[in-house]
Amino acid sequence: MFGFGVLKGMSVTLWNFILSYVYPKKGITTVQYPEQKKEVEERFRNFPFLVYEGAPDNMRCVACDICSKECPPKCIYIIPEKDAQGRVQKKPATFDIDYAICMNCGICEEVCPFDAIFMDHEYELAEYERLSSLLYHKEDLLKPVEHFAKIRPTDYGRIEATRAAKGVKGRAQPVAGAPPKPAETQQSPPATS
Amino acid sequence: MSDTAVHSQEPQLLEVSIGPQHPSTHGVFRMNVVLDGETIVKLKPVMGYLHRNHEQLAENMSYLASMPYTDRLDYICSMTNNFAYAMAVEKLAGIDVPERAQYIRVLMAELTRLINHTLLVGFLLNDLGAFFTPTLYAFREREKILDFFEATAGSRMMCNYFRFGGVKADLPAGGMEQVKEIVKNYSRFLDEFERLLTSNEILRSRCQNVGILSKELAVNASITGPILRASGVNYDIRKVDKYSIYDRFEFKVPLGKVGDVYDRYYVRILEMRESIKILQQLLKQMPEKGEILSAKGAAAAKSPRMWKPPAGDAYGRIESPKGELGFYLVSDGSPKPYRYHVRPPSFINITILEDMCLGQKVADAIVILGSVDIVLGEVDR
Amino acid sequence: MNVEEIKNDLLKHVPGLELTVEGESFIVPKEKLLEAARFLKENEKYRMDYLSCVTGVDYLAQAARLGQPGQAAVGGQSELASGYLESVNHLYSMEKKHGPIVLKVRVPRSDPRMPSLVPLYRGAEYQEREAYDLLGIIYEGHPDLRRILMWDEFEGHPLRKDYVEEDQDIR
Repeated sequence: MFGFGVLKGMSVTLWNFILSYVYPKKGITTVQYPEQKKEVEERFRNFPFLVYEGAPDNMRCVACDICSKECPPKCIYIIPEKDAQGRVQKKPATFDIDYAICMNCGICEEVCPFDAIFMDHEYELAEYERLSSLLYHKEDLLKPVEHFAKIRPTDYGRIEATRAAKGVKGRAQPVAGAPPKPAETQQSPPATS
Repeated sequence: MSDTAVHSQEPQLLEVSIGPQHPSTHGVFRMNVVLDGETIVKLKPVMGYLHRNHEQLAENMSYLASMPYTDRLDYICSMTNNFAYAMAVEKLAGIDVPERAQYIRVLMAELTRLINHTLLVGFLLNDLGAFFTPTLYAFREREKILDFFEATAGSRMMCNYFRFGGVKADLPAGGMEQVKEIVKNYSRFLDEFERLLTSNEILRSRCQNVGILSKELAVNASITGPILRASGVNYDIRKVDKYSIYDRFEFKVPLGKVGDVYDRYYVRILEMRESIKILQQLLKQMPEKGEILSAKGAAAAKSPRMWKPPAGDAYGRIESPKGELGFYLVSDGSPKPYRYHVRPPSFINITILEDMCLGQKVADAIVILGSVDIVLGEVDR
Repeated sequence: MNVEEIKNDLLKHVPGLELTVEGESFIVPKEKLLEAARFLKENEKYRMDYLSCVTGVDYLAQAARLGQPGQAAVGGQSELASGYLESVNHLYSMEKKHGPIVLKVRVPRSDPRMPSLVPLYRGAEYQEREAYDLLGIIYEGHPDLRRILMWDEFEGHPLRKDYVEEDQDIR
């Protein structure tokens, strides 16, 4: 019968319409965003942040420049700190990430041999201005290791276990197989934006 | 006022440019159409608005660094893009993939197929004028799969999940239950979807015998994927190449008879049902525990800038939801690929757009384009 | 269907063909490309009716060593020693479900002309346009050889290895 197919289709929309009133738990799948928020998954990754232990001065990053070289869109800029004699310290003086360029791939986290950079869960980062306010500096990026333990307990447990097995405490030691090259860090020209 | 042109018997041809900012071209795609009344007499696709020279970008970075960029080719099926690229590199460097990783890969690829076909059917109906009801039903189901992707890979669309020689991370705790739930409910959703659409008279009269693609032309023009099979050619790379572990699953290759838009729609529905069959078998066979990244692959993932495949070339291809997705790589033994080429299915599938549209009405051209299933991120690269 | 077998068949059925085998791929001179492809497409044994992937590779002079070792002066053509463009065609068979057979053609960078495969395979149409656009290989006999991804006024071929990027520092 002509028109029967349309009616059959209409019954589906009608059923869904009724379901959303009678049984909203199943019928309604949306959330009212600014008021309600969906919980993100543990592995959810958005933008990277830097980890410190105890005080912001005691950061894990040693300015080895690996993440900035592996970063596919090249959004990380690192300048290592220098002491009075001009010797390179194992610490970044500048650590900038351009969130406008970063594409949330998570490769920096994967390649970091010091477990110093991780992907955050923060996603409400809208700004009125495009360039300078989305360029995050070291101070904005540093977060305590407890924050990482809170957002990703499973990964935290796993990483801390391997760190403990290697006997790393506080300031991280290089992992075997991927030693940092101090010579390379010295030679690399200061990457400025 | 007398205007002879209005009364003349000669055809008045009109050139119309549809796009690039047209909601039904699925992105920034333009068709230059010459019309006789409402009938199309000539059609030339214009593309490149989204071109970012993906290939040159990839030639200037390490092998792994291209992986997140492949997500952005066909942004609906990022998992299968990863799959094809990982396959090509594994072929190039001779990396083995552990058992469990193979299962996870096929699991992701088939879920991606479900996503792609569901969305395509939704958007096809949008093009037909069924404004957003089927699309939103499709989105509702897709969300459930995306939730699983987020829990596993960390991102909903730009997954960046595959690594050479395996996958990035194992399934999370409770991941298997999530997939089982999706697989269990999906065929019920497909039943509902079909009840809504398949027998609908309007859909039938708009789709049947529209945009017919003959078997011979389809083969000659290198068409792949559901469009080819809707024209009745039995060619599915999952069956032909038996890559990964597809030889362990029993599934059929649905074929169309006529090769019109309706066949393309229906072949996709049937393919989704076959995908569910694969997933059901996969969930039964999948080993509980196991390696997910081979040792060679782990080395490549830990320091991509140092990792060098041997010199040579390799072509890896898979059956992506849109057709044959292939990566051609030439290595000169350095950490960067010397040549990196993508064979995108939707780019080649629109070769025959003109042939399918000639003699059809403008409104049908939109539907035919919708049934070809293009994604401009992949067409333009 | 191994390399040796295909080689012998090609040499038998395409008269005057100079064939170089490099790994799995066959390097044919440009004059014989159409003939070789037609043989592979129409022969009952092969039926290579599906041209899957067409692309080009730019080998500069220093990169000409890239080819497999033991290869005599890049395919026997000495004018290619100063760098060449290579067109790579992957042929499969949809009917017999086998493949691939890789046909490669090498042309000097100074005169990158080679015959188009469009008369045999419609599927080459857009891919050859892309190779023309990005690498500058000129396919003779192509019905509509225009730029496809870049705009018409664009100069140069971005995927060539000696292509110099425009100054991108706009910020």
